[in-house]
Amino acid sequence: MVVPKHGVFTTRENKVYQMKKLLVSAIPALALSIAVGTAQAGETLDAVKAKGFVQCGVSTGLPGFSVADDKGNWGGLDVDVCKAVAAALFGDAGKVKFSPLTAKERFTALQSGEIDMLSRNTTWTLTRDSNLGLNFAGVNYYDGQGFMVSKKLGVKSAMELSGASVCIQAGTTTELNLADYFRANKMEYEPITYDTSDETVKGFEAGRCDVLTSDQSQLYALRIKLSDPNGAMVLPEVISKEPLGPVVRQGDDDWFNIVRWSLNAMLNAEELGVSSKNVDEMKGSSDPNIRRLLGLEGIKGEGLGLADEWAYNIVKQVGNYGEAFERNVGSGSPLKISRGLNALWNNGGIQYAPPIR
Amino acid sequence: MSDQPSDAMTPGKPAPWNDPKIRAIVFQALLVGAVVMFGFYLINNTLYNMEQRGISTGFSFLEKESGFGVTQSLIEYDETHSYGRTFFVGLLNTVLVSVLGIFFATLLGFVMGVARLSKNWLVARVATAYIEIFRNIPLLLQIFFWYFAVGINFPRPRESLALGEVFFLNNRGLFMPRPVTEDGFGLVVAALIIAIVAVFFMVRWAHRRQDATGQPFHTVWASLGLLVGLPLVAFLAAGNPLTWEYPELRGFNFKGGLSVLPELFALTLALTVYTGTFIAETVRAGIQSVSHGQTEAARALGLRESKLLQLIIIPQAMRVIIPPLTSQYLNLTKNSSLAAAIGYPDLVAVFAGTTLNQTGQAVEIIAMTMAVYLSLSLTISLFMNWYNAKMALRER
Repeated sequence: MVVPKHGVFTTRENKVYQMKKLLVSAIPALALSIAVGTAQAGETLDAVKAKGFVQCGVSTGLPGFSVADDKGNWGGLDVDVCKAVAAALFGDAGKVKFSPLTAKERFTALQSGEIDMLSRNTTWTLTRDSNLGLNFAGVNYYDGQGFMVSKKLGVKSAMELSGASVCIQAGTTTELNLADYFRANKMEYEPITYDTSDETVKGFEAGRCDVLTSDQSQLYALRIKLSDPNGAMVLPEVISKEPLGPVVRQGDDDWFNIVRWSLNAMLNAEELGVSSKNVDEMKGSSDPNIRRLLGLEGIKGEGLGLADEWAYNIVKQVGNYGEAFERNVGSGSPLKISRGLNALWNNGGIQYAPPIR
Repeated sequence: MSDQPSDAMTPGKPAPWNDPKIRAIVFQALLVGAVVMFGFYLINNTLYNMEQRGISTGFSFLEKESGFGVTQSLIEYDETHSYGRTFFVGLLNTVLVSVLGIFFATLLGFVMGVARLSKNWLVARVATAYIEIFRNIPLLLQIFFWYFAVGINFPRPRESLALGEVFFLNNRGLFMPRPVTEDGFGLVVAALIIAIVAVFFMVRWAHRRQDATGQPFHTVWASLGLLVGLPLVAFLAAGNPLTWEYPELRGFNFKGGLSVLPELFALTLALTVYTGTFIAETVRAGIQSVSHGQTEAARALGLRESKLLQLIIIPQAMRVIIPPLTSQYLNLTKNSSLAAAIGYPDLVAVFAGTTLNQTGQAVEIIAMTMAVYLSLSLTISLFMNWYNAKMALRER
């Protein structure tokens, strides 16, 4: 057979040395190369513009963050970030398609180009940021891991949990924090690892495990899924830092900027008191900060390559961060989570966005 | 006619591009070349893309500390062991459930296959009902059923069902005493090995004797006597070198003893019941493939019913049964990867699940996982092919 020495492969010859190093991974390469191959087809932003919508990875159903209603419409705090990006890019928050993903599937889906961005209560860690070819575009929810137990057990603190069976969802940082916590406190446990959060809840309800562990926001969300929400309680301990935020693939900085600043626009809008209800009146404001946000003066949409009213569209169609929070997880929702860490920096929390100027 | 028209009539050597042999070789070479180039392109493209996206590659992650726990492990494992160790933990759990499943499915399948041909109306209908129901429900649903509807619906640990304060059944599993060997137990093991070797030689001797003299020998009873008797004598001689560790309720759950997780129970049961139906049908077909004339001839020779089955029907039926049986064993092994759905820590759940997600090394991990299932399947095939060749009709 003939393999051209200076034919189609010439451009990749500098990569050939890797062949030896990775000869063993030949089979996997075959398995994933088709998927990864599609990611190469143009920069993410160009691809998104060409197809006319944002393909956004969300959870398979987590109340308050990303959940589909009975008509199949997605809603939630994470979903609103996807919508904000669509509003900034296309001027229409509806131009999003959602891919429900399990915790295990999410990074592969993003790496392979199946989705353009991931907004799925994903914790920002060093490994994920540096080793997976991904970039975290910000933090839309500051969370921490906690424990939920049945009230019948009479447990008041996580320190009393030695020997307990713990239901947990596969492929999460929770799994590692749990092991760390029990090891550090010299306690034993039995991890029961399920694939989806639905099965995790079922296992907990049936009594397969004594404890369900997850990010605290999720615990409140999962608790209302129980047949008897009042029979379960969330323990006071928070055992980890879980900054959750939207994620994009490395390699397209323009796209990364759009996602990051869509989230920043929502935060800045709340800080400036601009909401979906008053945004049209605010156009008449004389405050230069507000005028810059709404694209009336300053750099406008130029740096991001967007229309000047990009931030106006976000606030008008999706709302500011505070509105999204209250509507999805706060007082306007069944979850009733207080702002806590997620209040703005000038209001006792740590949500802080760089200025638009 | 004395002319020699041979030059004109017999075809001369055709031109190379018309020679069918050369053509065949050229086309095959082209095909092989195209396949190799395609493969080369895929690998290159993957490496290039992963490099471009800053995804790290290689197998060095296997040595890093895993940092997560696993419910069930046949080898020593905790959070401080490496990712490489999680591979073996998952692999052994997969092998465990596959071996258990194959064993019980074969048992159930043979019983139900024979029962379906029973002359007893009720027995035959029960077998038919079993086969038709469980063959036609998707396996995943059956796994969910055995797990969520049965496996974890037993009482909570504090209200366990107890049998003589020794066996306990609750929604955390089945707990039973664990034998703890003491000094001198090696003697019992040695006795068992001697008994097995003795039985092997005795069977050979009995065959030869029967061939030579026609005298049958009660090998079954003699073997049983040897297998039970010898170790028992050694056990008593060594002064009872075995104690039991009993499970007891401590804190949230039972500690000590042996336990069978509900996940293992549900998965084994579902795989057994599902694959058993296919094996039953295979067995039925095998038995029915032996012509009735064989049965009549055996009866004419005066063979008893049991001998008829043992010497005439089963050896011939096995030739039909073994090849499809192999496929069922392969299916069962591969189906065991549905374990992830109910939290049984098999290879897919532990290694291609948690480890993959913690490290992000999808390409390497999926490759290793696929290689495992391929090797497991090829091993089963190899063994069954050997067995098939052994059972095949020897034409003289």
